Amino acid sequence: MSYLEYNVKRMPSGIAKVMHLNWPLVVLVTAVSCIGFLMLHSVAGGSMLPWAEPQMKRFALGLALMFAIAFVPLWFWRSIAGLAYAVSVLLLLGVEFFGTIGMGARRWLELGPIRLQPSELAKITVVMALAAYYDWLDLKRTSHPLWVFLALLIVAIPTLLVLRQPDLGTALLLGLGGVLVIFLAGVSWIYFAVAILGGGGLVFAVMASRGTDWQLLKDYQYRRIDAFLDPSIDPLGAGYHISQAKIAMGSGGWAGRGYMEGTQSRLNFLPEKHTDFIFTTLAEELGFVGASSLLVLYVLIIGFCIFTVLRAATRFGALLSAGVAVTFFLYFFVNMSMVMGLLPVVGVPLPLVSYGGSAMLVLMIAFGLLQSAHVHRPRTPS
Amino acid sequence: MKRPPKEEAESARLITRRSMVLGGLQVAAVGALVLRMQDMQLNQSDQYRLLAEENRINIRLIPPTRGLIHDRNGVLIAGNEQNYRIVMVREDAGDVDMVLDRLRKLIVLSEDEIARARRDIMRNRPFVPVTIAERLSWEEVARVASNAPALPGITPEVGLSRHYPLVEDFAHSVGYVGPVSERDLEALEAPDPVLQIPRFQIGKIGVERAQEDRLRGTAGSRRIEVNAVGRVMRELDRVEGQAGANVQLTLDARLQNFVQARLGGESAAAVVMDVHSGDLLAISSAPGYDPNLFVRGISVPDYRTLLDDPYRPLADKTVQGMYPPGSTFKMVTALAALDAGETNANERVFCPGHMDISGHRFHCWRRGGHGRMNMVSALSESCDVYFYEMAQRIGIDRINAMSERLGLGVRYDLPMSAVAAGLNPSREWKQARRGAPWVVGDTINASIGQGFVLTTPLQLAVMTARLATNRAVLPRMIRAVGGQEAAMAEARSLDLRPEWLDLIRRGMSECTNHARGTAYSSRIVQADYRHAGKTGTSQVFSITRAEREAGIRRQEDLPWNRRNHALFVSYAPEDAPRIAVAVVVEHGGGGSSAAAPIGRDIVLAALSEGMPPLAAYPTPQRNRIETQMRELQSRLRPLGDGGSDQA
Repeated sequence: MSYLEYNVKRMPSGIAKVMHLNWPLVVLVTAVSCIGFLMLHSVAGGSMLPWAEPQMKRFALGLALMFAIAFVPLWFWRSIAGLAYAVSVLLLLGVEFFGTIGMGARRWLELGPIRLQPSELAKITVVMALAAYYDWLDLKRTSHPLWVFLALLIVAIPTLLVLRQPDLGTALLLGLGGVLVIFLAGVSWIYFAVAILGGGGLVFAVMASRGTDWQLLKDYQYRRIDAFLDPSIDPLGAGYHISQAKIAMGSGGWAGRGYMEGTQSRLNFLPEKHTDFIFTTLAEELGFVGASSLLVLYVLIIGFCIFTVLRAATRFGALLSAGVAVTFFLYFFVNMSMVMGLLPVVGVPLPLVSYGGSAMLVLMIAFGLLQSAHVHRPRTPS
Repeated sequence: MKRPPKEEAESARLITRRSMVLGGLQVAAVGALVLRMQDMQLNQSDQYRLLAEENRINIRLIPPTRGLIHDRNGVLIAGNEQNYRIVMVREDAGDVDMVLDRLRKLIVLSEDEIARARRDIMRNRPFVPVTIAERLSWEEVARVASNAPALPGITPEVGLSRHYPLVEDFAHSVGYVGPVSERDLEALEAPDPVLQIPRFQIGKIGVERAQEDRLRGTAGSRRIEVNAVGRVMRELDRVEGQAGANVQLTLDARLQNFVQARLGGESAAAVVMDVHSGDLLAISSAPGYDPNLFVRGISVPDYRTLLDDPYRPLADKTVQGMYPPGSTFKMVTALAALDAGETNANERVFCPGHMDISGHRFHCWRRGGHGRMNMVSALSESCDVYFYEMAQRIGIDRINAMSERLGLGVRYDLPMSAVAAGLNPSREWKQARRGAPWVVGDTINASIGQGFVLTTPLQLAVMTARLATNRAVLPRMIRAVGGQEAAMAEARSLDLRPEWLDLIRRGMSECTNHARGTAYSSRIVQADYRHAGKTGTSQVFSITRAEREAGIRRQEDLPWNRRNHALFVSYAPEDAPRIAVAVVVEHGGGGSSAAAPIGRDIVLAALSEGMPPLAAYPTPQRNRIETQMRELQSRLRPLGDGGSDQA
């Protein structure tokens, strides 16, 4: 008998579940999405089209999806975790062979009228699969090398497939998110210490060998690394974008230049101003006040996710919720660091704000799963 | 999997602990983001704001309207003409080829122009207007405008371009403007940024160049907002520039036109000067050329034609042309002799037709000799031997000094290009430049304006004005700039004794008015227009023995470029001089036959302020003159057709 076959009488059922949702999270998610609509309205020059209106429709769909998922008992999600994972890996393989090329990479799959980005879907299925895996796994075996290897394999397969597209940003989020879930599951510190030391040592060795007899990489590969780390050496390419993004952010000042008054975005100096770089528009027009307010909202979202994690008390529910929180955190952290010039530019959207259907829907699904864990938590203390 | 409660608790504890660790890392990461935001948005905000403004704001210069140039009576010499052009914007045109094809049916466009236009269109961003055709007539523009619906992306535009309505009359003096070249920019210490505007024009020669700073004006500017690809979004503000100052010249467009027409196809130069003020009334070099060709950008074949023309139309012969003054120099020698006290009014010198000096025989132009000559008759009949005698007595130093006193060998500060100083030879000059000592033969040659002496037509006019006034008159060409009259100082006195000058003037008067004078056939019979002049014929090559033996005796038998230069100077009216005239006809043959008639016509045109009155000519010449004038009149520009209506 699974622990999920809990005493049903103690669980909310039917419409009563509504009362037991993580409502602050719903409010916060809606608030952030509204900020997104406002900014999409602004970057379109004060028009609902072409971005704000479709984004609102997607959000409405996402909200409905979230509630629907929240109402489905958690055990159902646990039982389909493996299936969902398998489907997303198959879809990624499908992209590999039948995908549509856009922006220099093969990312989309045309399924009739739907244009699907399986790499986005993979973000949530990997978390689900890991949560289910550790739920299944004997706690004592968590740090056993074989079982750690298996967990890493679950992360590595979709990550490598996404990397091949190539989509560095999503692969980074996917891999890092997966590893952090493994960390949360309680795998021994030693693995992480060894991995960090080994990785650091390798990077050090590669960089230190440059220009010596035992140089590990070819010269052109070093040059690529240089350009990746410091875009300013390529001022017409990524360097131009990042410097324009910094100008936009910096010129916002304390209170910003005013809604729809940002010259950098209005005059198209900003690249990808409605997707990956939308935060710069926000920072330009709403200033430090606006940008840090958004950050506060994000932190609150993470906070309420952790609230669910702590209440979950079941291994699947806790790890799933924690995985959602971690993924969400990585999203906005990488995006903001990127547009502020702290990290190299990799394509990562700003969660709930950037224009884009797949990312929005996947996030809402993830929040739906988290809500399901929240609603269906056992009320009886053990 | 159902776990024992103990294991569940262990799992929960583990996840909680790890979540806290991760939560701590996340707080640190968010802290880093906030710090970065604070640094960019609060600490360095001013700097980034500046960069953002630099990004979006461009400053475009508004070219100033160039100042106009008028003659002394307000007739327009250089104006700004409305210039219609056709401009195409690619993104509005859609099908560029189709639109160009339709355009060809409306206006004349060569294959080259089409190819150039197509190239420019493709080279520029789609919203950049590209000029397809320039300098269209109003009719052509109207045709394009009325077909506008069929010509998307095509707009007629109007701009200003320099125009010289009087065509060749002022080509040399006023000059022309042209596109700014690298050399123009290098010549300037701090080039005005307005010069960088594409198609901006700068004065190339003449007044246009000399008065460039005043004519140009100051550029206005407009601040515009541009987007990332450079498209203009809106104009933020605009500072109007200041149009260039108008320049008024001392020249008289009507007289200039007469003089230019009178010189006609000859290779010649003529200068008319007000003897009191030094105002140049006409300064004309022939043949002329159309300065408008240069504004448009002259074609290579046209330019070649001008360059290869043996009459050198591009040269400004009035100030750049240096000619041996010939007998027109004799006044200098005569005055120098009087000044030295070596002769007087009554002394007579016998002219046998030649004079032997230190083993050389110097001929008089009249082989048979003039007989006994005093100063007046020597000037009027242009006896060479008389001046050989005087030169021997006084030497080159005195001739040199008098020459300079009368304004020869001096570079005048005129707003014209490459004003030449001529050559007033001296012992020091010959030693320094030729490495040989001055010999007496040089003095003899110099005494009749041959040898080393070189003068410009302008200098001859100045000399004549000085003889007429006994004042050190200086030529000037700018009457007013920006409505402000140019300052004019009273010319200082030359301090030549009036009785000496009387002698000279009598000699010149007899030259034109006495039956034996060399310019008698170019006399003026109407009393108030009578002029007093002096002819000159300066040798370029001597007729060689071989040629003489081949039967060549007369100038007309020689090839053009070996004939003598013909010169004539005069002032008028002789009783109360107002104007001085100098005429040089290159290789014209003889001063009395080629230059003096031109000089007389110019004197009459200047004094009568119209066509020379027939009554002023001696009766026997009137029939011939009448036909001549009728022909000349047909070549004159009708008065008032100067386009003074141009703004």
